[in-house]
Order: sequence, then structure tokens, then C-alpha cells
Amino acid sequence: MRPIANTRSATGIPTGRLAIWWVVASEIVIFGGLLVSYIMYRIAHPEWSEQAANTNVWLGGLNTFVLLTSSLSAVLAHKAAVEGDGPKAAKLLYATCVGAVAFLVVKSFEWTTEITHGYTITSNTFWSFYYTATGLHGLHVIAGAIIMLIVAQTAKKNLELHRVELIGIYWHFVDIVWIFLFPLLYIAK
Amino acid sequence: MSEHAEHAEHDTNYVKIWAILLCLLVVSILGPFLGIKIVTLFTAFGIALVKAYLVAKNFMHLNLEPRFVVYLLTTMLVFMLLFFAGVAPDVMKNEGSGWVKPAVHVDAQAPAHH
Repeated sequence: MRPIANTRSATGIPTGRLAIWWVVASEIVIFGGLLVSYIMYRIAHPEWSEQAANTNVWLGGLNTFVLLTSSLSAVLAHKAAVEGDGPKAAKLLYATCVGAVAFLVVKSFEWTTEITHGYTITSNTFWSFYYTATGLHGLHVIAGAIIMLIVAQTAKKNLELHRVELIGIYWHFVDIVWIFLFPLLYIAK
Repeated sequence: MSEHAEHAEHDTNYVKIWAILLCLLVVSILGPFLGIKIVTLFTAFGIALVKAYLVAKNFMHLNLEPRFVVYLLTTMLVFMLLFFAGVAPDVMKNEGSGWVKPAVHVDAQAPAHH
């Protein structure tokens, strides 16, 4: 028996895909709220630029490259799933997970450097925002990678291929969040 | 797989979109090195909006979804921004008509911490 998420289509799209759009909609409020709070405080405190000067724009840029590339492999996995090639879709999902791990390794290196230089989550409000925003985003990267591994397990047997598109939508949203975090925390000095 | 997805597959050259995104990334990193504020704002935040649009349209295939999906996401964004517009004066101003921030007035008498 097929689950209701990919058999019912009361709104014109499969219920599973509708659900993932609801997830994205709620994430817009979570990350949007955090980022808009940061923007308001940042405008009110121009002196925060001295703190922002301590973030590493090259490592932030490298992580943007990693996430954009992982988005490419995620959408190519979707394409493979559309063509009915589950094993290829699974391989591309694994490649996306490698991107997620690379992102987290770079982020860990950054955090370690910053913390050893004395910039911790309690140093001041800029660093509180920095660690909260990048930490929450990092948790989403970890969650996405775990779900992708689960989806890849069934996809390589040519089962439940619609899930490849659903995890892809989530992953691209995580990419979009980083696209805004990067200029806010790394470029605006 | 849905007709929607098949459409996307035929219409989009994903590698080309990825290459454009990387070019935009390079511009957004190099722009601020010019040291001109308006250029920094455009290359950092203007390009972020373009990149987000390209990902949403071409990778998430948002343009191929029924219109209500776009309305759903836009509504969340607008209500979130309205909420923050409402509280912005409290965050961004130190005093207003009939109110002051006591903490700021105390801080003004002591050395700045930030």
C-alpha cells in the first residue's frame, strides 16, 4: 500500500511536496526572524563592524562555493530520479552529503579559530548572533545530510524516488539561507 | 515522477545556472574590496537576492509550482517583516514619544562595553 503523501493530491501537488513547502514556509519565519533581528541591531550599532572584521571572508566564500555545488548535485539527483535512475540519484545524494560534511569541517575550523582568539557566544551581541545563526544553520545542514542518507538508501533500490525531489527542496532552502548569512556576517564589515 | 518535474528537467541547464551562481559569488566577494559603500551594498546584498532567486526558480522549481505555493511563502515572509517593522523602533531608537530606554541612559554615564 502506497503512503498517502504520494498518492493524494487535493491541492494539485502531491501531499508530500505540499508538506515540504510548509516546512520551508515555517523555516522562512525562523531564519527570517533571526536575520531581520540581526539587521535591525546591526544598523543601530555601526561599531559592530569592528567585530565583523574578525570573520574570515575567504572561508565564508569557500563554504558558499561548497553549498552551491552541493545544490547542483542535489538537483542533478532529482533529474536522475525523474529519469528513473535510482542508483545514480543515490550516488548524487551521497555527493551532496560529502558537500555537507565539507561545509561542517570548514565551519568547525572557523569556530575553533574564533573561539581560540577569544570570540565566544558570550563575548558580545554580534558574536551571540553569529554563533546562533551559523549554529542553527549548521544543525539544518546536519539534519539534511542525515535525511539524504536515508533517502539514498531507498533511492538506490529504485524505491520512493519522489523523496529525492523533496529533500532537494529542503537542501536548496538551506543553501538560500547561507546565501544571505554570508554577506550579513562576512562581507558587511 | 510528476509532469512538473519532467518539465523542469527539459528546460533547465543546471550546470549553467551553477556556473552563473559561482560568477555572482566571485563578484560578491571582490566588490567590497573597492571600498565604495554603495558598490558593497549592491554586490553583497543585491547579488544575494539574485542568487536566491536563481536557486528558488531553477533548483527548487518554484516557478513550476501552483501559484498558491508562492503565495504561501510570500505571506510568511510579509507577516514576518510586518512583525519586525512593528518592533523596529524599540530596537533601533533609544527614545521616542513618551518613552526612553533606561539601560541606554545608564550606559551613557558609564564607559561603553561594545
